[in-house]
Amino acid sequence: MYAQMIKSEATQEDTEKLAAFQARIDAGQKIEPKDWMPEGYRKTLIRQIGQHAHSEIVGQLPEGNWITRAPSLERKANLLAKVQDEAGHGLYLYCAAETLGVSRDELTEMLLDGRMKYSSIFNYPTLTWADMGAVGWLVDGAAIMNQVPLQRTSYGPYARAMVRICKEESFHQRQGYHLLMHMMKGTKEQRRMCQDAMNRMWYPALMMFGPSDKDSVHSEQSMRWKIKMNTNDELRQKFVDETVPQAKYLGLEIPDENLRWNDERGHYDFSEPDWSEFFDVIKGNGPCNVDRIAARQKAWDDGAWVREAMLAHADKKAARRAAGELKNVA
Amino acid sequence: MSSDPHLVEFFLRQGDNALVLGHRLSEWCGMGPALEEDIALTNTALDLIGQSKLWLAHAAEIEGADRSADDLAFLRDAYDFRNVLLLEVPNADYGRTMLREFFFDAFQLPWLKALTDSTDDRVAEVAAKSAKEAAYHLERSAETVIALGDGTDESHAKMMAALDYLWPYVGEMMVDDDVDHAMAEAGVAPLPSAMRPAWDDTVNATFREAQLPRPDTKFAHAGGRNGFRHTEHLGHMLAQMQVLQRSHPGATW
Ligand SMILES: [Fe+2]
Ligand SMILES: [Fe+2]
Ligand SMILES: [Fe+2]
Repeated sequence: MYAQMIKSEATQEDTEKLAAFQARIDAGQKIEPKDWMPEGYRKTLIRQIGQHAHSEIVGQLPEGNWITRAPSLERKANLLAKVQDEAGHGLYLYCAAETLGVSRDELTEMLLDGRMKYSSIFNYPTLTWADMGAVGWLVDGAAIMNQVPLQRTSYGPYARAMVRICKEESFHQRQGYHLLMHMMKGTKEQRRMCQDAMNRMWYPALMMFGPSDKDSVHSEQSMRWKIKMNTNDELRQKFVDETVPQAKYLGLEIPDENLRWNDERGHYDFSEPDWSEFFDVIKGNGPCNVDRIAARQKAWDDGAWVREAMLAHADKKAARRAAGELKNVA
Repeated sequence: MSSDPHLVEFFLRQGDNALVLGHRLSEWCGMGPALEEDIALTNTALDLIGQSKLWLAHAAEIEGADRSADDLAFLRDAYDFRNVLLLEVPNADYGRTMLREFFFDAFQLPWLKALTDSTDDRVAEVAAKSAKEAAYHLERSAETVIALGDGTDESHAKMMAALDYLWPYVGEMMVDDDVDHAMAEAGVAPLPSAMRPAWDDTVNATFREAQLPRPDTKFAHAGGRNGFRHTEHLGHMLAQMQVLQRSHPGATW
């Protein structure tokens, strides 16, 4: 339906402008906030950047869940810094979205009332300390796979935000991997936690690339606009190919009987995730959807008086300064 | 034995203050009233946890009982903690969280500055590093207290409630005991009571701008700095903080 909407709007736009716009994109030029752009491009970008921003913010929650239980001072500091980085990513991305004419508050309202989504992965729980490793390794790892190509996306502010973000995400991934490596050398219980995390996270991580290309709605136009750079299946394959040897090195088993190297293709064959589960989670029926939104809603509501007070104080200060200046003049 | 129990106690007090407040602030991570606040609060938490690591590592070393900073943080029971009570009470709302931090920062900045002249190099060194951070913490917490006190009727009322709750806990920071006298005699640290004038100045100036009255009661709870009687809240904090270390003895993470 959305794809149709884009098309009908596009036909009303000046075809010459559209052609020139596409030519700039094809030539690898960046589109900047003040440039003309088709409404569909703007809307698709707002949706994509907004969802990405929301994913960073909601993504603070599953890891935030372990900050107060981190098992050493150093791990506590690392985890705090990581979750803080995600808040920073959210901030850059909301700023990038703002250049398209939508405010952070509007986007937040849309997240809270369900008009906008966030990555389905954050609707899964973090149940042991090993999840802090698995999230870093697999979830940040999959995010990088998705985001590295976006550093070359056509919209300037988005591409630039992606450059900063990708650097930090790869740090997160390494940190997660090392955390698991340390635990895998530890006690039997620690190894069990790691394998348990792997068993729970593997398929949700594969889902992070979105449904199979044949079922993906927004792909074609977005690829022409260079908002999307690779297909979902390409990225998923790349992720599997890179992750399998890493899992082996850790001594972790990937929960997939069909996983094997295919010489002919030069890739691993693997089982598709259960897409009906994916669509359930998207519809709101994941294990944590309700809790995640409730947590964001609570933070938003509890913070309202603080945000209002800060604005009120800033206004009063400005008024007092203005009054002071008037007095000086008189 | 070369271990000086007063000196160990002194280092524990510094380390536990930083650890317990750092932990309380870390509870906000991801829940702040705005992204910028969330990020800034986490910065402070990170600074404090970093500081606690330094103080506790020295405490462990001076103690000479083959314990690490992590052992001290994650394997001591509540009565062995030496933080002031002010820092262990729950965050409640953002107003109380920031007012509590402000009360501590207003003490900590002159305190750390004074400690940079310590006859003990370890103290001077950690203090020099921490004082820079504390200056920034105080700037931010004072600004926030002013904004929330002055902001709206609602925010003012919340700050008044926070003030009522916290005020009886501030005195403990500036009461001297045997450990303090021993430290003062050795030139390790000034008496905490000597921070009173600087603390009063900061609080009075900030409260004037925040439109907050200074309560006239001088009553001060005690029992945290010497571990004699913590609040009920510390046990819950430790139950959470120490759960992995306690349930997997000997494991490293
Ligand atoms: Fe991120
Ligand atoms: Fe991300
Ligand atoms: Fe990340």
